[in-house]
Amino acid sequence: MLKRKMNSARRKPFAAILVIAAGLAITGGGYAAATAATSAKSEVYTAAQQDSGRKLFLANCASCHGSNAQGTKAAPSLIGVGAASVAFQVGSGRMPAQASGPQLTDKPSQFTDQQITDLAAWVASLAPGPAIPDDKWLQADGNAQKGGELFRINCAMCHNAVGAGGALTGGKWAPPLSGADPAEIYEAMITGPQNMPVFNDANLTPQDKSDIITYLVYQREHPSAGGYELANLGPVAEGLFAWIFALGFIIAITVWLGAKSN
Amino acid sequence: MSTTTATKAKPGFLADRANFLDERVGVAGILKEFGRKIFPDHWSFMLGEVALYSFLVLLLSGTFLTFFFQPAMTPVIYDGVYGPLKGAEMSIAYASTLDISFEVRGGLLMRQVHHWAALLFVAAAGLHMLRVFFTGAFRKPREINWVVGFMLFVLGMAAGFTGYSLPDDLLSGNGLRIIDGMIKAIPVVGAYVSSLLFGGQFPGESIVARLYGLHILLVPALILVFIVIHLFMVVIHKHTHYSGPGRTDDNVVGYPLMPVYVAKAGGFFFLVFGVIMLVAATFTINPVWNYGGYDPSPVSAGTQPDWYIGWLDGALRLTPSHLEVSSGGVTWSWNILIPLITSLVFLAVVAIYPFVEAWVTGDQREHHVLDRPRNAPTRTAIGVAGMVFYADLWAGASTDIIATNFKMSLNQVLTFFQIMLILGPIIGYLITKRACLSLQRKDREIALHGRETGRIVRLPHGEFIEVHEPLDAHALYRLVSFDTYQPIMPRPNDQGKITVSTRLRAAMSRWFFEDRIEPVTQTELTAAQKHAAIGH
Repeated sequence: MLKRKMNSARRKPFAAILVIAAGLAITGGGYAAATAATSAKSEVYTAAQQDSGRKLFLANCASCHGSNAQGTKAAPSLIGVGAASVAFQVGSGRMPAQASGPQLTDKPSQFTDQQITDLAAWVASLAPGPAIPDDKWLQADGNAQKGGELFRINCAMCHNAVGAGGALTGGKWAPPLSGADPAEIYEAMITGPQNMPVFNDANLTPQDKSDIITYLVYQREHPSAGGYELANLGPVAEGLFAWIFALGFIIAITVWLGAKSN
Repeated sequence: MSTTTATKAKPGFLADRANFLDERVGVAGILKEFGRKIFPDHWSFMLGEVALYSFLVLLLSGTFLTFFFQPAMTPVIYDGVYGPLKGAEMSIAYASTLDISFEVRGGLLMRQVHHWAALLFVAAAGLHMLRVFFTGAFRKPREINWVVGFMLFVLGMAAGFTGYSLPDDLLSGNGLRIIDGMIKAIPVVGAYVSSLLFGGQFPGESIVARLYGLHILLVPALILVFIVIHLFMVVIHKHTHYSGPGRTDDNVVGYPLMPVYVAKAGGFFFLVFGVIMLVAATFTINPVWNYGGYDPSPVSAGTQPDWYIGWLDGALRLTPSHLEVSSGGVTWSWNILIPLITSLVFLAVVAIYPFVEAWVTGDQREHHVLDRPRNAPTRTAIGVAGMVFYADLWAGASTDIIATNFKMSLNQVLTFFQIMLILGPIIGYLITKRACLSLQRKDREIALHGRETGRIVRLPHGEFIEVHEPLDAHALYRLVSFDTYQPIMPRPNDQGKITVSTRLRAAMSRWFFEDRIEPVTQTELTAAQKHAAIGH
């Protein structure tokens, strides 16, 4: 019955207009909501900061990203990537890139916090983009249970259930999260660096992100109740340990027992 | 002491009790029979014992766990002490596993003891199987005991898998999901079998209780029965021993059970127990609280089964995907059926190998002296090929862990293991066979000409020779006392026909023994000793 009713409604002339209008409203409205929601912190940068950032950019980044950050064949455009992206990439040492490869690795940051802020200020001035997250989301004081659940549903398939990292295709990988500070985790979620998808605020609200950070910080600060963790790699590490150390130790004992009689 | 010096009129306490038991159950006869059982001494004969002791530890720790574990899948809201799961909805099974881990005194230790002992049980059994294979201990009269031992290994896998799935956490749930998929891939009956097993759609609400029944009742009962048969047959057959002077197929050289092996084995049990406790007390295993309760949607990176199921998981990973064929409304998922069939064939070959070798050699004699692996080159090479095949599948289950930890491409690691699954066993076979033959040639050389001393002597007429030192009798015996077989010729039967099976047997016999190295004969030895006596 319902099906037939819907079929007849679909043939009415105004149906197409309605559908298009609804589609536009949802996508446009959704996009506006999403982009508006990601600016977590009000961005106030001084002209001096932006000027200093531009100088740093020209000296360190422009050879690949272009002198106006418009992008070249070697590197993408940075117009609209936002301050969060700069803070994540430069702060975690991934940028400036050391060598090309399937994926950029993190390394000690090449810039001071002041310089990173200046760079971010200039890149943020080019076009609106995800801003550096507000400190109130980074306190790891959210709901660890909810964070754990969200982490398992959204993140664990690449980063492993406790953030120990995992393999992606073609030599790429999801890095372990044990060394990432809360700001980096938040920034990675809103900017989607490298192979990571973007989790915007419509997808995971700032509170959700804060909960995930809470869960990860809890994991980090509470070592396993069961003793040494074997890098949290799961059954492979456990099996290797059982064969090499447990069984190896026992074989050494059998050799000792067998040698006594000779 | 007092019992042995007691007078006839007043027997001591122990003697009195012993007499009581003897008059009722004939304990003296049993002790006389078993106490004088002789066991040879060698470290490699204790590997099966390790498996047995691990099983005892499993029974004890498992019983403790049954006091607290509740195998029900009814959803509850967790209200225990573990913070990051407080308030989460989960099954009673998972909640009670968390309670065992965090609230039952000694519960986490017992869980870890149980799990580590399980890994050790199957590992020790596997290693014991390899020892038996490579020393030829499966030959007549022990072929059936090989099959019993094989059953124990398979049952160990079954016990492990059913236990692994009980906590109903995300990791084990994903493992069950794979089993469900494999069952469903079986043509015609798959969907019905899956539905019956899970009591409807996966995951349903019954699977944990059903696996629990299997895990604590049927599987351990079967393991116990097979252990009893296994040990009973060891008593009937007596233990094998390594070759040495005075050791023949008609005797056993070693020490008696009473008192030597009772003390040794008893002490060894506590050593194994101690190692398991030490490992369980210091190293986390299966931290279920990290994985969360089972939910069919998420899958964590690094999801693997325990090691003994790893080779099956590897078979699934290494088989190319997209091998599905649809015909007449039935989908044949060859990407699942090929690994399923391959692993069953592999297991079948392992189970029947003793019968195959007996058929090829045509040897009807009993063997109680073990082979040195080099003296059975083809068997040893087949064994290594099998190990490489297994190990490749095994490594195939951890392609992602290998790729990330060694900074390689996941795709290339996978392709490498796919190629090596075929090439590896062939390379392993060839290298092992050549190595065995070379070692045999070296043995022969040393037996005939003695050991090179490195001392160069110039003879009066100017010739230089190196002095070879003859071996002592014990060392010589080890090198020359082994048997080999002539390849069998295909002969016509009484109807004058050469059957296909005769041809096959002849071909296999040729494959096994064509390039054999014959043991040194007495004539050769005498000739060599004469040769040495005149100065070379």
